[in-house]
Amino acid sequence: MPKFKSVLIILLFITLTGLAVFAIEQKMMSIQVKNGAVRSSPSFLGKIVDQLKYGDRVAVKNVKGSWYFIDRPEGSTDGWMHSSALSMKEIVLNPGTSDAEQAASSDEITLAGKGFNQQVENDFKSKNPQVDFTWINKMEKMTVSQNQIQAFIKEGQLSPKGGE
Amino acid sequence: MDKSSRRKFLSLACKWGILSLGGAPVLSSFISGCKTLDTLAQSGPSFQIGDVVVDTKAIAKETQVVTKSFEDITPEQEYYIGRTVGAMILQKYPPYSNPAAEGYINVMGQMLAQASDCPETYGGYHFLIQDSDEINAFAAPGGFIFLTRGMLRCCPQEDAVAAVLAHEIGHVQYKHGLRAIKQSRVTSALTALAIKGTKKYGDEDLAKLTETFEGSISDITKTLIVNGYSRSFENQADLAAISILQRTGYNPNGLVMMLNQMKIQLKPGRQDFAATHPSPDSRLAEIQKYIGNYSAVKSPQARQDRFKASLGRI
Repeated sequence: MPKFKSVLIILLFITLTGLAVFAIEQKMMSIQVKNGAVRSSPSFLGKIVDQLKYGDRVAVKNVKGSWYFIDRPEGSTDGWMHSSALSMKEIVLNPGTSDAEQAASSDEITLAGKGFNQQVENDFKSKNPQVDFTWINKMEKMTVSQNQIQAFIKEGQLSPKGGE
Repeated sequence: MDKSSRRKFLSLACKWGILSLGGAPVLSSFISGCKTLDTLAQSGPSFQIGDVVVDTKAIAKETQVVTKSFEDITPEQEYYIGRTVGAMILQKYPPYSNPAAEGYINVMGQMLAQASDCPETYGGYHFLIQDSDEINAFAAPGGFIFLTRGMLRCCPQEDAVAAVLAHEIGHVQYKHGLRAIKQSRVTSALTALAIKGTKKYGDEDLAKLTETFEGSISDITKTLIVNGYSRSFENQADLAAISILQRTGYNPNGLVMMLNQMKIQLKPGRQDFAATHPSPDSRLAEIQKYIGNYSAVKSPQARQDRFKASLGRI
């Protein structure tokens, strides 16, 4: 009987440890865009309360459709982020050789700036000088504030229904 | 490639025996929508085309491998691909510089993009009008969206402009541009080279990567400008547009209104929207399955006024 008890305890321990590890692995995510919007509610209509940067790590506390309620260990504003801004992988911003080795054998790490990057674009430009990027750069500078969007909705008498 | 062409191709492919391990990745680059095969796989272990029995489980297994490598294109890399594809599109039609129209399109576009299923891309969404009478619109990966003055002239109201932008956002959301890249390039760029090295690539690796990059840009640009997407991709983008329009409070009949106007204005034989998209009639038939028969779009006066003020002289 004591043998049975100890087997039971060991089994319980393994299960709980497994659950804990699973929970921790599920919770941490990375921002995979330059600026990820944190909103006050799980909708595109929610007010933007914070912006997180590429590679920032966040803990996911809750999920509603495509929206994740996130919390940052450093203590900045909590809120909802859309899944398109988040990656399950850890994003290494300035990868070294050991990161590259680790990434080669792991599905859980992404190296920032690898593959098609600024260096490749520059090489492409030197080989194709006729391709002009002036307006692409100008396009990227055309930014729109949330206030402008709110005013646009109001002026146009739009009644957004929200969505996931 | 539409569904019937795909089936024909699949049938021939089976006969040629290229569904072996080595041939599957090549084949999958032609079958751009993996969902087709997933659906087939779910319907049973095999199906028959003529006298050839296809093992769907085996295909689905191969497709999964392919899908994984496709998904390994990070949003950051998608952004660099999109920048260059955008620059190539601007070689065909130059920009139309008009700050009022540009501002109007960008505020509307941002609002629509935020309501899509992919509101966040690495560098965000950006919209530009092109100086051409031809009717055309393009979405480069990552959210660089272009539309010609000719296209805007097919839009009698703001709801129709919103429909055009939402359709292009749909292409970005589904990563249709990236799916036009040949599978062999994705594999070579993202498996070995993408994870090599530390800070900068050496000359040899950089040359290889740039070559793959150039090839990828060419695959996408040819699809956007010359061949067009498959009918099913266009249908997906139309359905995404309907969903975005409904979420933001626009009338989805804006899309119908635009397509009806386009029917009048399209000139057969030109290398524009007519050459790269299914006919407006076939798109209308698909769209109306979801939103029912056309009911006239009535924009509030204030919405119509700002539309005229921004695009009235386009």
